[in-house]
Amino acid sequence: MSAILEGSKAVAESVRLCRPNLVCAYPITPQTHIVEELAGMVADGRLEAGFVLAESEFGAASIVLGGSAVGGRTYTATSSQGLLLMVEVIFNIAGLRLPVVMTCANRAVSAPINIWNDQQDAVSIRDSGWIQLYVEDNQEALDTHIQAFRIAEELMIPVMVCMDGYVLTHTMEPVDLPTQEDVDSFLPPYEPKYRLDPDDPFTMGAMVGPDAYMETRYHVHMDMMEARSVIARVAEEYAEAFGRHHGGLIETYDLEGADVVLVSMGSLLGTMREAVDELREEGLKVGLLKVRCFRPFPKEAIHDALMGVGIVGVIEKDISLGLEGTLCSEMRAAFCGEESPEISSFIMGLGGRDITVEEIKQIAWDLARNPACRVEFRGLREELLRGDEG
Amino acid sequence: MAVEERWVINLMEPGHTGCAGCGQAIAARLVLKAAGPRVIVANATGCLEVYTTTYPRSSWEVPWIHSLFENAAAVAAGMEVTLKAMGRYEGIKIIAQAGDGGTADIGIGCISGMFERGHDILYVCYDNEGYMNTGYQRSGLTPLRARTTTSPPGRLSYGNRTRKKNMPMIAVAHGVPYVATATVSEPRDLMRKVQRALEIEGPKYLHILVPCVPGWGYESELTVELARLAVETNLFPLFEVENGVIARVKKPKEARPVEDYLRPQRRFAHLFQPGGEEVLEELRRIAEENSRLEPGPARLFGPGAPE
Ligand SMILES: Cc1ncc(C[n+]2csc(CCOP(=O)(O)OP(=O)(O)O)c2C)c(N)n1
Repeated sequence: MSAILEGSKAVAESVRLCRPNLVCAYPITPQTHIVEELAGMVADGRLEAGFVLAESEFGAASIVLGGSAVGGRTYTATSSQGLLLMVEVIFNIAGLRLPVVMTCANRAVSAPINIWNDQQDAVSIRDSGWIQLYVEDNQEALDTHIQAFRIAEELMIPVMVCMDGYVLTHTMEPVDLPTQEDVDSFLPPYEPKYRLDPDDPFTMGAMVGPDAYMETRYHVHMDMMEARSVIARVAEEYAEAFGRHHGGLIETYDLEGADVVLVSMGSLLGTMREAVDELREEGLKVGLLKVRCFRPFPKEAIHDALMGVGIVGVIEKDISLGLEGTLCSEMRAAFCGEESPEISSFIMGLGGRDITVEEIKQIAWDLARNPACRVEFRGLREELLRGDEG
Repeated sequence: MAVEERWVINLMEPGHTGCAGCGQAIAARLVLKAAGPRVIVANATGCLEVYTTTYPRSSWEVPWIHSLFENAAAVAAGMEVTLKAMGRYEGIKIIAQAGDGGTADIGIGCISGMFERGHDILYVCYDNEGYMNTGYQRSGLTPLRARTTTSPPGRLSYGNRTRKKNMPMIAVAHGVPYVATATVSEPRDLMRKVQRALEIEGPKYLHILVPCVPGWGYESELTVELARLAVETNLFPLFEVENGVIARVKKPKEARPVEDYLRPQRRFAHLFQPGGEEVLEELRRIAEENSRLEPGPARLFGPGAPE
């Protein structure tokens, strides 16, 4: 069924189709519409799930942790400050190997407080042991949530679906809604490999000392590495079942013979596609690489896709303060020990600052003229910078 | 009242690494003995969690989870709602348990949420009056004037400056239908309270005083005796509140002087130094307030019991 839906509503419909046993979240802009939508579904009986209004995001994350530990399919959603308040639980969920699925409606992080979109929130917790998938549009958001439960439950690794706040959550787009039947056959009921059950008692979350702690971390890491093939496979299977493929780990656009490749995550790719089309017409051979799966990081896929490319510009809405854009650092790692393209970091769009097609095109031209690896902020308002106060 | 003793086995097994004379270990074993095997336990970080589950061993014969220091109540809430939604809740009881720090300080947000939403959970606070797992630091339930490693007496200090936060009344104020206090010198009373609590649907709060050998500084054979003295000196009153009404108070036949309880504990040794008399008087006042606790509507405001 086709419908024109706000991104948040598309996600809520997708979550409903996945038949969660527990939905629990705490409102924060720009995630709120998702939770409100789900509350409405529960209120009118369209969604039969436990629904808890938590007292905080910390509580919400702990509640879905508990629900998952007794074998339920559980879902939460948050943004920014909420995600940061959850952080202790987020690491814990991953370490306990509980397949929780979460939407992060990406938003800037305080201070200064700012409710608009960038990706600093999710990027900051990349090391927590959650799979992170970044989506480009509302259809991909909808489809990726269904895939997320499959991936999480197969691997017993939690999955975070990251979608740009406002840009996607508050934007109406036509989406195709799968039928309940089709989702049911793609995503069968969750059969937990272990759960807390008085008929078969076991201890979850024991104290582990230096004698075994490293091995547990090793296992999580190895399973995260393994997750790359599962994420790619599930995307293929989804394409077979529903006819849509958004890239498994990465997606490329116009890479053929590209002199310059621009890289990013999330909704910015839409704008970048436009820029690339125009640049090609203007005679600059530019390609795109979309990183859909940020954790586990698809090093090999990126390496292979960019083999022979000389110049790479990573445009991202986050920064590891004191270094460069985080995705850019990861991109460099993909070429560790090998001949690497010149990889530059462009920080843009922080706190919701608009990124235009023109700005992206300018980056491509600048890189073509001077490929030297560098870190730059783009789109700064010069009049607000230090020394210019008058 | 007769306590059902269908479970003669321990559901919290011995062989753990708790200290000799640990009051919390006695209490936790009794709680489970009274609750029986059809429970799921969410345990906060703290001594109990650490000494019962040092990998690869576990003392727990019931399904048991430890997530974090401050979220046992929320984890339990998630379990309850999910089991109900899945139709698997029938016949299961859920217990959330934590130390006094995990309860009255860092965990109070999650507990308040759980109480307010009315989950069917028994929350047990094992109150050893400090952060014992991390080396005897002060908590919001450390008694007035006790020495802890972060409230040491000194030239300008007589130890902890604050009274115990009134957790039972905080629970009552949430409308929790059953709130009780207990301690390890009254094992049958403790078990009866667990069973009474588990008969009631909704949130329940059981606050158990558990003496701590190294934290309080006393000889390990005195654990049960000190628990008894805490009650007999009126420094730890035993009572039950049902639906906002103090239903029962277990009063000492004859109140003993607070010194009987304080003197064997090194954490109060400074009160028996010159200048300590004034401070002792403060503690006598608290005991006296507690002694006035009577059945009737629970007073939510102002320190101590009704006039
Ligand atoms: C968020 C967080 N802060 C601090 C700690 C360190 N910590 C672990 S247990 C504990 C004290 C536990 O005290 P209490 O809850 O009273 O239980 P007890 O060990 O005394 O039984 C502390 C401070 C932690 N694990 N997590």
